[in-house]
Amino acid sequence: MFDLSGKNALVTGASGGIGGDIARALHKAGAVVTLSGTRLAPLEALAEELGERAHVVTCDLSDAASVEALPKAAAEKMGSVDVLVNNAGITRDNLFMRMSDEEWQSVLDVNLTSTFRLCRGVLRGMMKARWGRIVNISSVVGATGNPGQGNYAASKAGMVGMSKSLAAEVASRGITVNCVAPGFITTAMTDKLNDEQKARILTQVPAGRMGTSGEIAAAVLYLASAEAGYVTGTTLHVNGGMAMI
Amino acid sequence: MSDIADRVKKIVVEHLGVEEDKVTESASFIDDLGADSLDTVELVMAFEEEFGIEIPDDAAETIQTFGDAVKFISGAV
Repeated sequence: MFDLSGKNALVTGASGGIGGDIARALHKAGAVVTLSGTRLAPLEALAEELGERAHVVTCDLSDAASVEALPKAAAEKMGSVDVLVNNAGITRDNLFMRMSDEEWQSVLDVNLTSTFRLCRGVLRGMMKARWGRIVNISSVVGATGNPGQGNYAASKAGMVGMSKSLAAEVASRGITVNCVAPGFITTAMTDKLNDEQKARILTQVPAGRMGTSGEIAAAVLYLASAEAGYVTGTTLHVNGGMAMI
Repeated sequence: MSDIADRVKKIVVEHLGVEEDKVTESASFIDDLGADSLDTVELVMAFEEEFGIEIPDDAAETIQTFGDAVKFISGAV
């Protein structure tokens, strides 16, 4: 099951913990992968780890021209983009009353607008191929909200509505569009929390532990597979029961 | 019939799965040939590739019938 041999996948934010494991999972399932991110060094290190079938294209998701160029560059390297995983995202947390326009806009630009542009950029090839998988990495806070994250939560909720709309448009062409919404996942970012902070977070998680990036990657792999062809417009929550929605 | 019209007709017949004799000068892609809005986008994409031309969105909106398509493409190639 979940064999991606012969499929070409583009993963954004592949230099991060979750993005890296998504790329590993797709690659292990047989896909050719293009790793994208802003920093070249970690992408090249991951490409070296994966060995064959791995390409690197850097991209600044806050720059429209750079985003427009990414699907084309990935298709040139791989021949096509059959699977797109929009994983890259940023946070600029602040209390609502203190949030600047810049903090708001930068998060919406990188998390939501770049996702829109990348989806648009891969559609022509997927429509012609009559096959495509788009997986957008949302977040539990897109569904529940979170104090201090008005911008981030808006971007992640926006992703869900956008994905459903696109899913409805292209379902008849063999293209599925879904979201994966991680809860609290162990990453470099959450490693910075102290034990007390972590304990407080875990009181909200019935599973009693943080999730792993591998558990997010497994959800993405499923949605990218041929077997998930009848699943579209949905959001797969991977959060240890933190929000049962 | 011109070579361009033949090539356009071939694309329309293949893409929309309609009988060739239904594709007349005044046949509307949506009203007469059963296309939905996504089909019309795909037809324009196919025309662009077949003829090596760019059809901007505002021009694409004016291409409603088979005759419109032939006329536009004849003027663009």
